[in-house]
Amino acid sequence: METINFWPLIGVAVVALGFVCRFNPMLVVALAAFVTGMAAKMPLHEILAQMGVAFVKARNLPLITLLPLPIIGVLERHGLREFVQRTIAQVRAATAGRALIAYLFVREVSAALGLMSLGGHVQMVRPVVAPMAEGVAQARHGDLNERQIYRLRAFAASSDNIGLFFGEDCFVAFGGILFTQHVLHNFGVDVSATSLAFAGIPIAVFAFLAHSARLYRLDGWLKKAQTKKSACSSSNTSCEEVRP
Amino acid sequence: MIISVDYLYWLAGALLVSTALLILRDKAHPRRFFSAVFWADLGILFVIGDKMPPAAVGVQILGLSAIAASGGLRKSLPKRLPASVREADSRRLNWKLLIPVLAIPFCTLGGTLLLEKAKVGGAYLLDPTNTNSVSFGVGCIVALALVSLITRDGVVQAVRQSREMTDVIAWTLIMPQMLAMLGGMFQHAGVGEAGAYLATHYVATDVRWIAVAVYCLGMFLLSMILGGAAGAVPVMIGAMGVPILVHSFHGNPAVVATLGHYAGFAGVLMTPMAAHFNLIPAAVLEIPDRYSVIKAQAPTAICIFLACVVYLYVAM
Repeated sequence: METINFWPLIGVAVVALGFVCRFNPMLVVALAAFVTGMAAKMPLHEILAQMGVAFVKARNLPLITLLPLPIIGVLERHGLREFVQRTIAQVRAATAGRALIAYLFVREVSAALGLMSLGGHVQMVRPVVAPMAEGVAQARHGDLNERQIYRLRAFAASSDNIGLFFGEDCFVAFGGILFTQHVLHNFGVDVSATSLAFAGIPIAVFAFLAHSARLYRLDGWLKKAQTKKSACSSSNTSCEEVRP
Repeated sequence: MIISVDYLYWLAGALLVSTALLILRDKAHPRRFFSAVFWADLGILFVIGDKMPPAAVGVQILGLSAIAASGGLRKSLPKRLPASVREADSRRLNWKLLIPVLAIPFCTLGGTLLLEKAKVGGAYLLDPTNTNSVSFGVGCIVALALVSLITRDGVVQAVRQSREMTDVIAWTLIMPQMLAMLGGMFQHAGVGEAGAYLATHYVATDVRWIAVAVYCLGMFLLSMILGGAAGAVPVMIGAMGVPILVHSFHGNPAVVATLGHYAGFAGVLMTPMAAHFNLIPAAVLEIPDRYSVIKAQAPTAICIFLACVVYLYVAM
């Protein structure tokens, strides 16, 4: 432990600086990997090889984004978004915030029961959840401007993430729980997976309440932004263009 | 095994190479040549990347990054059916449009739960080490079949639609892979250990609330740097969780570990390093500000982090 090399932390600095200065993230990451390798005194050939091996090994990661694209693309061509928006607009009690709270709830509970694949940004948020929020907001407040649409979409994505993260960690057979159990075991502490899963429930509930409160306030923001916007209603045409 | 995860890599590779061909044939595309090279090379890496010398792959990664950074990927104008046709189609097909969307999670679940150990003629039906990915891939193929049944659009049209969306997502598609690569490099060079060493040796960890706060903050920051809690958990549990919170302060190990994990998740919600969760949705939902999802999540994440610190202090 005495011979810790602190130079590789330069790689972290490169990443932080690159993201803060808004350089292209892909280039930042490639350079950071390179710099980290140099700081750890690896020879050039080994740095490239290490990068190559890790990249090829992680080929399964883009699959979840790439493979649903043809399906979602064709469905959108035939009006999936229009269908979702038309259907949700018929629900009287719906607001954008309430619709997203409902999705957050379903996502978190289903993940806690081990159904992690019921969701995801390409398969669920883009074709269903985001159009749902936009459709409801449109039915309530009339045409939305770009800022409102983008914010609604960002919140739709955030509901998916927060529901997934804090739900899955309450599921006993979740990989993360078993991994934590294994880590503790390596340091000589044995605990059951059940006690790990149950220990987090108060925070999982808190996460739902905290994000729901923010989603609830989103409705108020939409209303306020709408009254402000009515002064300059010139953005209607650009509004049509941003919809995929 | 009968369905190996390699087949999915070939499928993804074929999809990317056909994307490249479509872009090459599209004379209106603003960056026809560079985009085609990018997607074609990526497709080739998917198909035969494991057979190339690793250093050659490393060089290609730098090349792809250079293309992405120099604006070599620019989206073209999508060709859409007119709004009236889409509206009419959506009324005619109605809820049938949802069937393929639901088929993907249904097949993933079914495959993972029911077919994990299924054997046909002595061989595993699905790749036993990658059941989840393989079930997901099979789900996508089933969904594609359903799509063409319902909409009467064939595979070629599907590839065309896919190309348009790939054009929009651009390099963000492989960010998770790039970050996994960086994470591997960090681990190789001992970045996590160095960071945890700094945190634990220059802070007064013999005061209970400071120890709790430093442990949670360490999880939070390390997860931000590594883009996932999985990299931070072993480092922080080893550096502080077990020796200080469990042994010195007699904390309940299950609570210490789980709350640390959650503090890490709060960090994941706030970092572009977690590309799957934070960068890809911004690209997929066509939001111009690539950090918009992080901005939407940050206040909630900070609340959750503070709740973790307080709850751990009280309940441990």
